[in-house]
Amino acid sequence: MIDLLGYSAFFLVNALIFGVLCLGLNLQWGQTGLFNVGVAGFAAIGAYASAILTTPEAAERIGGFGWPILAGWLAAMLVAGAVAALVGLATLRLRADYLAMTTFGIAVTIQVIALNATALTGGPFGIAFIPRPFVSLAETPIAFNAANLALTAAVVLGLFLVLETLTRSPWGRVLRAIREDEAAAASLGKSVNFYRLQAFACGGAIMGLAGAMQAHFIGFIAPDNYLSILTFQVWAMLIVGGSGNNRGALIGAVVVWALWSLSSLAVGTFVAPAFQARAAALQIVAIGVALAAILLIRPRGLVGERATVSRDVEALAGESAAPHEPVRD
Amino acid sequence: MSLQFLADGLFAGALIGLGAVGLTLTYSILRFSNFTHGDFISWGAYLTLGVVGALTGWLGPAARFMPFSFGWPLIVGGLLAMALTGLLALLLDVALFKPLRRTGHGIVMVIASFGASLALRAMLEFLFTSEPAYFSRAIQIAIPIGLGIRVTPDQAAMMGLALVVVIAMHFLLTRTHIGRSMRAVSENPALARVVGIDVAAVIRATWLIGGALACVSGIMLGLTVQIRPQMGFDLLLPLFAAAILGGIGSVWGAIIGGLIVGIAEAGAVQLIGSEYRSAVAFVLLIAMLLVRPRGLFGVREG
Repeated sequence: MIDLLGYSAFFLVNALIFGVLCLGLNLQWGQTGLFNVGVAGFAAIGAYASAILTTPEAAERIGGFGWPILAGWLAAMLVAGAVAALVGLATLRLRADYLAMTTFGIAVTIQVIALNATALTGGPFGIAFIPRPFVSLAETPIAFNAANLALTAAVVLGLFLVLETLTRSPWGRVLRAIREDEAAAASLGKSVNFYRLQAFACGGAIMGLAGAMQAHFIGFIAPDNYLSILTFQVWAMLIVGGSGNNRGALIGAVVVWALWSLSSLAVGTFVAPAFQARAAALQIVAIGVALAAILLIRPRGLVGERATVSRDVEALAGESAAPHEPVRD
Repeated sequence: MSLQFLADGLFAGALIGLGAVGLTLTYSILRFSNFTHGDFISWGAYLTLGVVGALTGWLGPAARFMPFSFGWPLIVGGLLAMALTGLLALLLDVALFKPLRRTGHGIVMVIASFGASLALRAMLEFLFTSEPAYFSRAIQIAIPIGLGIRVTPDQAAMMGLALVVVIAMHFLLTRTHIGRSMRAVSENPALARVVGIDVAAVIRATWLIGGALACVSGIMLGLTVQIRPQMGFDLLLPLFAAAILGGIGSVWGAIIGGLIVGIAEAGAVQLIGSEYRSAVAFVLLIAMLLVRPRGLFGVREG
């Protein structure tokens, strides 16, 4: 029972960190319509930036500044956001597909750098001994996982509230206007590319934060954590939950991560070791087909986006409940 | 400095170019960047391997065409696999992209293709595991052709094949009815429909041709390096770079873009080592998007 509780907390921390990635993607894609296939790359930037700054000094590589974890998180957001801004500057003025290709390229490139810039990133062996929050509780796994869950949940809640406020603000309305009709938004005097750049950079910063949170929770990172499968999982979560809706992004993260963990568990338990690699491949096929099926059958996802209507219109709709026919001649 | 990198780069560039031709055609006619195109390359290689295996199992092993490493089963098998890869692309269109085209969101098709790409690749890993496979384990002796450059007979044969395919593509697009229709749809789909061009037939032809060309690059890569489920996906970034470099929609542009990417990669390997090879395509892509987003031979949109 205690084990199960501990595992649930561990599971939820992981799921909520995926939720942060989904919130970042939702800001870019769900709100603004910017297609990012490099989610794994931005998470990697955040993870490595924070790991390099917060780890204790190590002889074999540059870095190891021993910063506090919180400073590492903030730096992760700054660096990932800055890289996103650079990518955005190069591609946001072009067709949407070019952003897709460029983000794909940056994820590949970052993985290559993580793998080969051994002096900075530890190369294929990655970086270990990343400080973990509440490490003093690590003796009792349940307390450790529960404390981390509380911290992660607090970060997710804060981020969620900020994003909800932002999407309801005039800023959020401009983003959706750009997504729906770029020409109309531009004709109202909104600088389309500048708003896009802001949304893309903020989304990238959120993904960087998620990467750093994950790195500190696990305590170890390696280039293999940031392959395109990660990007794919985050997309599946957002599509399942319902893009355009922050609540949907979080629900999708928990649901898809639960399915993924359960099926991995099933593969590990019921499949003979010799066939596990094949079963894992089949698991990926299944999730790929599921994503395509949802796009075909229920593109709104589980929750979907709520129609945003001005409160003046809502007030009018309330009034018209009492018949209030306009005068016609 | 040895000029060998030029020969290696030209060879890699030819196979990137062939893949990029299919990509640039699907992009300009169906208007979305298809992330499954790399996996068509892998599927093409594995389908060829499967057909060759079936042929030699049925008729017994065949003699090699000396000095090449392959005999007639690879030629017959390759032709059959080209058709099969084209059909695979067509099947994916019917099952996935066609219904999505009706709802009319271009970028949703990109997401769907990203998902389908992963599923196709994982399917290969399921069927064949991620252990590399080979068409032939025969050892090829590289022959010096002057200036310190050495080329294996297989590489020379594949270069010849690539040239034949590109010239055939050129005539297909300029001299046949379906080729001219394809160019019309790529320039203006609405107008093409108005003048009575069968857009559905054009879309079918695009997938068939794109799949078949991807299969040829898969065979080229499989014959000279090895066959892995990841092989095509790893080529995707160079393919995109080549298509953008050459200008979206331009067949010759895609070939020249492919050659540029191939030679740049080989040159980078010579200068800074092979570790950062896959970043070269990205640098070229970004540079092109910053300087001249419509590519070398592309037309300005609008």
